[in-house]
Amino acid sequence: MAVCIAVIAKENYPLYIRSVPTENELKFHYTVHTSLDVVDEKISAMGKALVDQRELYLGLLYPTEDYKVYGYVTNSKVKFVMVVDSSNTALRDNEIRSMFRKLHNSYTDIMCNPFYNPGDRINSRAFDNMVNSMMMQVC
Amino acid sequence: MADEALFLLLHNEMVAGLYRAAEQGEGENGRCTTKLESMGFRVGQGLIERFTKDTARFKDELDIMKFICKDFWTTVFRKQIDNLRTNHQGIYVLQDNKFRLLTQISAGKQYLEHAPKYLAFTCGLIRGGLSNLGIKSIVTAEVSSMPACKFQVMIQKM
Repeated sequence: MAVCIAVIAKENYPLYIRSVPTENELKFHYTVHTSLDVVDEKISAMGKALVDQRELYLGLLYPTEDYKVYGYVTNSKVKFVMVVDSSNTALRDNEIRSMFRKLHNSYTDIMCNPFYNPGDRINSRAFDNMVNSMMMQVC
Repeated sequence: MADEALFLLLHNEMVAGLYRAAEQGEGENGRCTTKLESMGFRVGQGLIERFTKDTARFKDELDIMKFICKDFWTTVFRKQIDNLRTNHQGIYVLQDNKFRLLTQISAGKQYLEHAPKYLAFTCGLIRGGLSNLGIKSIVTAEVSSMPACKFQVMIQKM
């Protein structure tokens, strides 16, 4: 279960950002912002790296003492960043991948919505519901 | 694409409808091509998002152009581009010898002056797809003899 999920456009501004303990929102915004550098580094290293050259999933970007940050970049250069609680060790790589797949599918659906202009903030209720289902339940 | 005929007929109606509306309006003929092209642009953006959902990451520009010529064209028009040429400096020419949207119109030089109207949407489609993949471009089309046509893509380096 994720603690914070963000969708970032190719010009590096956020299209959607949501975190669960809402009082620390600014900290998560900052974490996501700094993780963008790591994402760019991974993408530019693609040409020389031998592993996972053609995959969209980037894997663990960097761990901090409380959180782990995962990244995924689509072919249209839209980045999905997910922050997960470190204490939640039960979360396996496959689960993270499937969460990113669901995010990508929902994002594709939004793109095909005629009322959505590419580049705007995402205001879709369906997307919200899908993200809610992936976030941690914190009272 | 479930049935090709649906898209072909819808596209023809779209072009005809737009020009009819323009005639009844102020008669601004030039704007119709722009409207068609911008329609194609938005459709291209959404289509590319769907099509590249499961493909691997693209290595470079040439890879993207090859994807457009093969997979994209096959999914939309049920055939591939016949010839792709480039000068390796940002200009690509896509040649289709039997363009699906033109085959029903004529098989030679008849109606040649009406051909550009039917190509505007597809130009927008290509431009929208490329823009969503991160490439700014200008797409133009030319027809010398139906149903063959050439799309010229000029990449804008930012």
